Amino acid sequence: MSTATHTTSADHGHSPFLQHHFRDMDQQFNTAKIGMWLFLVTEILMFGGLFIGYGIMHANHPQAFLAAHHHLDRTLGAINTIVLLFSSFTMVMAIWAAQTSRKSLVILFLVITLLCAATFMGIKYSEYSHKFHEGLLPGKYYTHEGDTVPGQFLFFSFYFMMTGLHGIHVLLGMIVISWLIFRAVRGDFGPDYYGPLDITGLYWHLVDLIWIYLFPLMYLIS
Amino acid sequence: MADTLTTHGNGHAAHHGDYLEDPKGLASWLTTVDHKRIGLMYMWSVFFFFLVGGIFALLVRIELLTPKQTIMTAEMYNRVFTLHGAIMVFLVIIPAIPAALGNFALPLLLGAKDVAFPKLNLASLYVYWTGALMAVTTLALGGVDTGWTFYTPYSSTTGGGVTLMVLAAFVLGFSSIFTGVNFIATIHKLRAPGMGWFEMPLFCWGMYSTALIQILATPVLAITLLLLCMERVLSIGIFDPQLGGDPVLFQHFFWFYSHPAVYIMILPAFAVISEVIPTFSKKTIFGYKAIAFSSVAIALLGFLVWAHHMFTAGMSLFAGAIFSFITFFIAIPSAIKVFNWIATMWRGSISLEAPMLHAISFLLIFTIGGLTGLFLAALSTDVHLHDTYFVVSHFHYVMAGSNLIAFLAGIHYWWPKMFGRMYNKRLAAIGAALVFIGFNATFLPQFVLGSRGMPRRYYNYLPEFQSLHVASTIGSWILASGLFLIGAYLLASLRQPKGVAANPWGGRTLEWETDSPPTTHNFEGQPVLQHGPYDYRANPAPVGVEEHIH
Repeated sequence: MSTATHTTSADHGHSPFLQHHFRDMDQQFNTAKIGMWLFLVTEILMFGGLFIGYGIMHANHPQAFLAAHHHLDRTLGAINTIVLLFSSFTMVMAIWAAQTSRKSLVILFLVITLLCAATFMGIKYSEYSHKFHEGLLPGKYYTHEGDTVPGQFLFFSFYFMMTGLHGIHVLLGMIVISWLIFRAVRGDFGPDYYGPLDITGLYWHLVDLIWIYLFPLMYLIS
Repeated sequence: MADTLTTHGNGHAAHHGDYLEDPKGLASWLTTVDHKRIGLMYMWSVFFFFLVGGIFALLVRIELLTPKQTIMTAEMYNRVFTLHGAIMVFLVIIPAIPAALGNFALPLLLGAKDVAFPKLNLASLYVYWTGALMAVTTLALGGVDTGWTFYTPYSSTTGGGVTLMVLAAFVLGFSSIFTGVNFIATIHKLRAPGMGWFEMPLFCWGMYSTALIQILATPVLAITLLLLCMERVLSIGIFDPQLGGDPVLFQHFFWFYSHPAVYIMILPAFAVISEVIPTFSKKTIFGYKAIAFSSVAIALLGFLVWAHHMFTAGMSLFAGAIFSFITFFIAIPSAIKVFNWIATMWRGSISLEAPMLHAISFLLIFTIGGLTGLFLAALSTDVHLHDTYFVVSHFHYVMAGSNLIAFLAGIHYWWPKMFGRMYNKRLAAIGAALVFIGFNATFLPQFVLGSRGMPRRYYNYLPEFQSLHVASTIGSWILASGLFLIGAYLLASLRQPKGVAANPWGGRTLEWETDSPPTTHNFEGQPVLQHGPYDYRANPAPVGVEEHIH
């Protein structure tokens, strides 16, 4: 924000972050929050379609799904679950730090969140390259040899669709969190203005939550 | 009262010019976040694609003039009706009222300066243009011949531009979601002080219900279309029976969105009609809450009827009976609305201006469309009528006729507010009559054709059907001439100087209390609501305009 903006805002007596069509910061914050919740609803419904598709195909081909899931590494999946859960915690701590005017803590917690997300993607990358190497790929690209149960490519179709879409969400989250770190360094956030942290937090929790469902669904079939 | 307010507005004209002129230049339009400008750009885009889709429709009707090949081959015919359907559904009907009229009118009706997320609103327009460009590009890739429903396994195996068209629909869905999120947040948080939920104009209830469906149903379509793309590109196996998948699952997924989408098309029409009828009857709307809640009821019940598109696709009789029952049930809130509108007109002081003419023609056409839906909701008659011209005619009455005519009603209602100019009213009356006559002449014969067994999507037919097909084709020309007339006098009106009063129709909602066209910030100061939206009593309380809060 330039100094000019600050001067004008001082004349009007309101925050430099207040957009022209809102009456006050509360209205702006609450509106943004409703918007984010609505967006999360659309996300849940979009993933819901995949979950239902997975459920139906699993019910129709239980043996293939059971056999295919043994190719996944439970330990890596569990580590990723913990990493993502921890990043949700640090995200909340960043909001708390902003509300209590601890600027350097805001930056620290956001950086930890970003590093967790990067760790998650790193582990995911190593899992993916292992699958690529063995030919455990979706649809007609499935070339794994020595299967005793047919139809295992169906499982990997869903594995890649669902974890891939989830991974894209993690990447988008990382972009937004990097931008938040930039703004936090600039000193934008404080007790009067932490809306972007708050609604990004909501998004990040959903990304976490979806993974919490994906992990048992993919890695822990019995 | 309205006059004093107009003077008030003009007195401040030096501060804010009208939104059409201030600021000037193409760049200022392409980067605007003003809901009114975005609404207008949506409107012109919808007009353009309506022309394209309409030309495809005329080609379909010309081909059907004779039982043999008339002007195109069977393969060409498949592509033409598919593009007609896909363009009309995804590029015209779905955005027509919410994105064009809703964007323009909703914040004005609420007394707000803008929608909740103006940048997201502009993004939705660009996403729409991107999707539209993708859809048009499919023409260069050999077109699409699946019908707009993209049923598997045909759609996952046929050639041409299916993948791109499916991705176009996927992209267009996001434009619809953005609008929906924006409208719900706007209605929750940006109502003028003093405007409770039941002081909102009913247009807002209609937009709210529409937005609910947009955010709940569209994501499911998005993922379905993505799965279909993956099926085509990777053969993932979910919809292909040869790979262990289930093609009927695609139909369930598709209709779980697309039946609610039918209500994305009709609820906005209800919204417009609920504004037009009281204004031109000069009478309080009858049954405000009944109309408001029936919109929400339709939005929610609309999610429980999707399988009535699939009665012949293989389903247990018990499931069929339940879907049939809920389909009958959803007719009740629709009928409630029709009766309330008629009760509003009863003993009102009706003036037959162009918007009202379209509203009355909507009442007739929607009633026919709704009642013929009941034939299809009944399991036994549906088996006979499924995939015939009876279905074609029914959904054209509801989706095309009702939505289009309500869109025309809204365009004629808000045109003076949008542009500050009035169109030729005599030509408008003739245009409304031609559209009404032309529409019925086109589609009434199709009910008869369908009940006699004429299947949909066939380019040839038995010779005994020809006379009815000829009648339908002649009807399509009457309809087209009416629409061209309307387009001509609307464009001609833009050549006049601006000079319409703030409130040319004597309406009581907030948009009539600002200038025509409005200033960039809609109102001078924050309007405060002091009377209801349909308060036509002799001495209503005046509306005050507070000083600007800055």
